Amino acid sequence: MWRLLGRKVLHLIPVLFLVTFATTAMPEMMKLGDSSKTPVAAKLTPDMTPADVKALEKEYGYDKPLFERYTDWVGDAVTGDLGKSIATDQPVMESIKERYPATLELAVTALLIALLVAVPLGVWSAAKAGRLPDKIMGGMSSALLAVPPFISSVLLVYLFAAPGTLGQVFPNTGWAKFSEDPGGNIEYLILPAIVLALAEIPQFLRLLRSDMLGTLQEDYILTARSKGLSTPYVLFRHALRPSSFSLITISGLTLGRLIGGTVIVEVYFSIPGLGQSIVGAIQANNDVPVVQGTVVVIAVGYVLLNALVDIGYMLIDPRVRAR
Amino acid sequence: MSLVETENSLGLTESGVESPGEAAAEIKAKKKRPGILWYLSLGWIGIVILMVLFADLLPAEYDKPIGESHLAPFQSWPEFLGTDYLGRSTLTRIALGARTSLIVATVPVALGILIGGLLGLASAYFRGTVEAIVDIVADALLAFPPLLLLLMLASAFKPPSVWNITAGLAVLAVPGFYRLTKANAIAQSKREYVVVARAMGAKPGRIMFRELMPNTVAVILSYAVIVMAVMIVAEGSLSFLGVGVPDPEPSWGGMVFKEKDALEDAPGQVFIPCAVLFLTVFSLNVIGDRLRAKFDVRESNL
Repeated sequence: MWRLLGRKVLHLIPVLFLVTFATTAMPEMMKLGDSSKTPVAAKLTPDMTPADVKALEKEYGYDKPLFERYTDWVGDAVTGDLGKSIATDQPVMESIKERYPATLELAVTALLIALLVAVPLGVWSAAKAGRLPDKIMGGMSSALLAVPPFISSVLLVYLFAAPGTLGQVFPNTGWAKFSEDPGGNIEYLILPAIVLALAEIPQFLRLLRSDMLGTLQEDYILTARSKGLSTPYVLFRHALRPSSFSLITISGLTLGRLIGGTVIVEVYFSIPGLGQSIVGAIQANNDVPVVQGTVVVIAVGYVLLNALVDIGYMLIDPRVRAR
Repeated sequence: MSLVETENSLGLTESGVESPGEAAAEIKAKKKRPGILWYLSLGWIGIVILMVLFADLLPAEYDKPIGESHLAPFQSWPEFLGTDYLGRSTLTRIALGARTSLIVATVPVALGILIGGLLGLASAYFRGTVEAIVDIVADALLAFPPLLLLLMLASAFKPPSVWNITAGLAVLAVPGFYRLTKANAIAQSKREYVVVARAMGAKPGRIMFRELMPNTVAVILSYAVIVMAVMIVAEGSLSFLGVGVPDPEPSWGGMVFKEKDALEDAPGQVFIPCAVLFLTVFSLNVIGDRLRAKFDVRESNL
């Protein structure tokens, strides 16, 4: 087991290296397409000569060769310095610290909503396998799978946040910090969290249903039934726990994915999170340090979270350990 | 595995478990009878293909206004689907948007199959160092949340165009196809016919392309249909964020992006492209799921 753990950790190192290196190489990628492009475009004014541009690039360290820039970047990054925005001169680390709570809150809420909906429906679906409720839920989850978040965003806003239709149940777009205005925070949170949850429900539901179908074939379920225990009791107390193993794993992975996947709702609902800052930085003349720093933080977090889920799985399940 | 259909609310058959033979027969029967959804999906994809082929024959041009802005849909011809915020014909733009979607769906998938497939076959045959190196690169690419990787590429290859986005999507498609090909080819390479071929002294190229490839290609292609749906959604998402296909080039996601602020005045202009995209993605999923059930090694009864 320790060897497997060691291998996992060893595997992380090159992956982390490639992720960070690729983001450092962004200016080179830009110049690949068009050599007149510069990573400092945000600071350019029309009357600048090429020499001025060069000087500006030098000021931000883009004149150095890629490898030197990479070692510099890693050196700074381990001390918590991710450079500063070219457009606003704000340190990237500061902007990340300001913005990650909104993204995290959104992702966690979405995950909770998705689980709250998918677990009972998945259990019900498995219990009625092959019959009408199961078929309806199967159909609904196939349909939901084809609704990307940007479609459900506009649809839900149209239905619940516009004055014309079902009435303005929720505020249209915006954000309030939980520490400053908890009620407002929840009002603003609900629609975007539902949008994100909708995209995750079908896969949770399908996974739990199929695991549950396997569990329901076990002898101890038959025993529980023949003892005269009620159906809901058997389903939720006997069958759910052994069936939820892969669901828990997937939830962990989904949380990581959601943190990177909140971009769409953050932009549409104008929530000041990490995703919004990335899109904003791209639209504002390619603010390379902001894109680079924010993407790296999310991607590294995602890699580490995945590894933790893997390792946690290994610690819990003896079968995985033995492999 | 028994698929259960009896009175018992826990989903157990009266006699316990069906015999494997029965279960297999049931699965086969299910495979043979395509439901109405399958035909509807094929029909819709057919319509999309017709739009792609005959978009130029439509009376209105995609980048010129033909009337007032925000005309309601389903009123008159040729403004059959109404007009957008500049008074351009939505019907023409939807039809030409299908072309954009077709490009972003097929080209990255083809490149993904080609590059990912070749690397996957090579990894499965050689294992060892080759596999370890390609695995690490694939894992690094998969380590980025997909939309973020796309945004990063979009940022590096500005200004956005259909082909830049297609290239970005291809980068996204390769690791998935690599893993799938590798897994299937490794499973195949343990089968007797490969061992026999190797014992007969077949060269690596022959084993990879004449033995492993023909036996993995069906799975890859059925997976490809699902990935096409993913690609259409990805392009739509990018365009919805305003960093995708630039106006006036039509794209379904871009149409939603441009009209989303007019949601209350002209909901039709927002929901028509949404509905078209939904139907396309849904149809591709239905088709892909069925193909996968038919060809996937894990589910077929070998």
